[in-house]
Amino acid sequence: MNWMAWTGVTATFFSVIGCILIFMTILEIKSPSLEKKGFLPIATTRGDKLFISLISAAYIHLGFLAFVDTVLWVALCISLFWSAVVFRWG
Amino acid sequence: MDYSLRKKLGLALYIVFLFIPIYWLVIMSFKGTEEILGGLTLWPQSFTFDNYHTIFTDSTWYMGYVNSMIYVSMNMAITLVVALPAAYAFSRYRFIGDSHLFFWLLSNRMAPPAVFLLPFFQLYSSVGLFDTHIAVALAHCLFTVPLAVWILEGFMSGVPREVDETAYIDGYSFPKFFLRIFLPMIRSGIGVTAFFCFMFSWVELLFARTLTSVDAKPIAAIMTRTVGAAGIDWGLLAAAGVLTIIPGILVIWFVRNHVAKGFALGRV
Amino acid sequence: MQRKVRDNKAWFLVLPVFILVAFSAIVPIMTVVNYSVQDIFDQNTAYFVGAEWYREMLRNPALLDSLGRQFFFSFSVLAIEVPLGILIALVMPTKGRMAAVSLILVAIPLLIPWNVVGTIWQIFSRADIGLFGYAVNAVGIDYNYTSDPTAAWLTVLLMDVWHWTPLIALLCYSGLRAIPEAFYQAARIDRASKWAIFRHIQLPRLKSVLVIGVLLRFMDSFMIYTEPFVLTGGGPGNSTTFLSQALTQMAIGQFDIGPAAAFSLIYYLIVLLVCYAFFTAINQLDKAK
Repeated sequence: MNWMAWTGVTATFFSVIGCILIFMTILEIKSPSLEKKGFLPIATTRGDKLFISLISAAYIHLGFLAFVDTVLWVALCISLFWSAVVFRWG
Repeated sequence: MDYSLRKKLGLALYIVFLFIPIYWLVIMSFKGTEEILGGLTLWPQSFTFDNYHTIFTDSTWYMGYVNSMIYVSMNMAITLVVALPAAYAFSRYRFIGDSHLFFWLLSNRMAPPAVFLLPFFQLYSSVGLFDTHIAVALAHCLFTVPLAVWILEGFMSGVPREVDETAYIDGYSFPKFFLRIFLPMIRSGIGVTAFFCFMFSWVELLFARTLTSVDAKPIAAIMTRTVGAAGIDWGLLAAAGVLTIIPGILVIWFVRNHVAKGFALGRV
Repeated sequence: MQRKVRDNKAWFLVLPVFILVAFSAIVPIMTVVNYSVQDIFDQNTAYFVGAEWYREMLRNPALLDSLGRQFFFSFSVLAIEVPLGILIALVMPTKGRMAAVSLILVAIPLLIPWNVVGTIWQIFSRADIGLFGYAVNAVGIDYNYTSDPTAAWLTVLLMDVWHWTPLIALLCYSGLRAIPEAFYQAARIDRASKWAIFRHIQLPRLKSVLVIGVLLRFMDSFMIYTEPFVLTGGGPGNSTTFLSQALTQMAIGQFDIGPAAAFSLIYYLIVLLVCYAFFTAINQLDKAK
């Protein structure tokens, strides 16, 4: 597995993503979610919200890298806040 | 002018546009090098089969075709075997993460191949599949499987649920029902799917070239050999090109009725 | 639309597909992510650089240029191929032997290996040995795609139109076949014009296949590699160096795997977002039915 060039950071990153997916699956089995219409233009389930949160987090980070010179913690905080908003009202 | 005549004329013009470049390729393959470089001739002055002769007598050349055929057939078989049950699941049931799974399958087609080739090469080397036909077939599944599931799902949704239910009441088990009743009903869909698998696997070069070196080298990669020290051997290149078009024509000829019917059923 | 049964056992039917695709998909993408945060010299020498490559790539004017070129190319391709494809689908015969024959003829460019497509156009449009190049020059237009950037770009565009319009045409053809005859009869009774029939009966029914067609064409034209590589090799200058090729040059030519990986992930995210939008649109259309 040497050629996969693992680093601590990416390993953590993928573990976190993996855990979120497992957690969401278990949650979905315990209490299936229904489509709801919030402020997002389409009706979304919990899984859709997760996907939207993840992809917007990626874009927020890229935006920060492109235009701002501050550390990425700020981007991470904004992403988390945005995800919370999406899950609560999206 | 009459409307339907104008229609026919438009179509004819388009087909001419499609075929002039192919005509040029075919003509080129029957010309000798001097004639190609000597000037423009619409029809070969000295008709020669030399280029084809070179290809059919040199095993490194014709084995390229054999290799390509082998991995394309393997890919078609694997894709159909795994995609049929999956498409059935997508068309009949709702299950956890179904739409996300579907999008994930589709998203694999979107990865830019350039940089992904390196890990691909290493992955297949590490499991000992490098330079085998099955490696290329499996790699091509990455984009043929999602497409096959998508197409088949469309056809399967067209079969009413009552068919399934009646069969179960009549005492058919799932595998028996699936093979005996269901598959024959979506024959055209399977034909269309096979056609699309063939199409995407046959035309792909990057993966096929990266995952092979000698034993399973596809024809498309061998064609680059025509670039020699003395420039490009245009005639030979053209002949090899012509030979790669023929299997496509044969396949579409065999599935033509299915394709026409498949198109008539709607979703492709 | 039939009601689907909720049953998680259906996962067993999907499992083979999942395993097969996961094998070829997950490990490579993880590896690319790993590459993208390191400065790699060889198998055993690599330094962690964090998000540095991303920062550098996002501020690299040459790459942003090729990204812009890529968008422009993809939009040009769609702007030509979609209307042309619809038009072809409308004029294709609907019944009888001619229907099958024209279907086959139109489909042929799709079945040619991509590098052979490049070869065909190379042979066809070179000014010295090609019919097209020779003819254009004979009419008095100075055309040589190996030295003139504009000509090269136009040749690549023409090649793509030649190669891929059939896909749109076939998809639209299938969409048109799915319209029940009764719709046309009603239109005939109302003495609707050809345009009205197209606008109010055919176009709405084509919407869902068109979304699929546009999605496929966008994805593929955004990653176009093999054909321009064979035809022009990216030149002259950088005029036909599309994204995939810029990446390949970086990754293999200069062995800058880290930056190339970072940029391919950025690129992947762009395509992912656009496709998610399309995919959601398809689902909404399906639901609306």
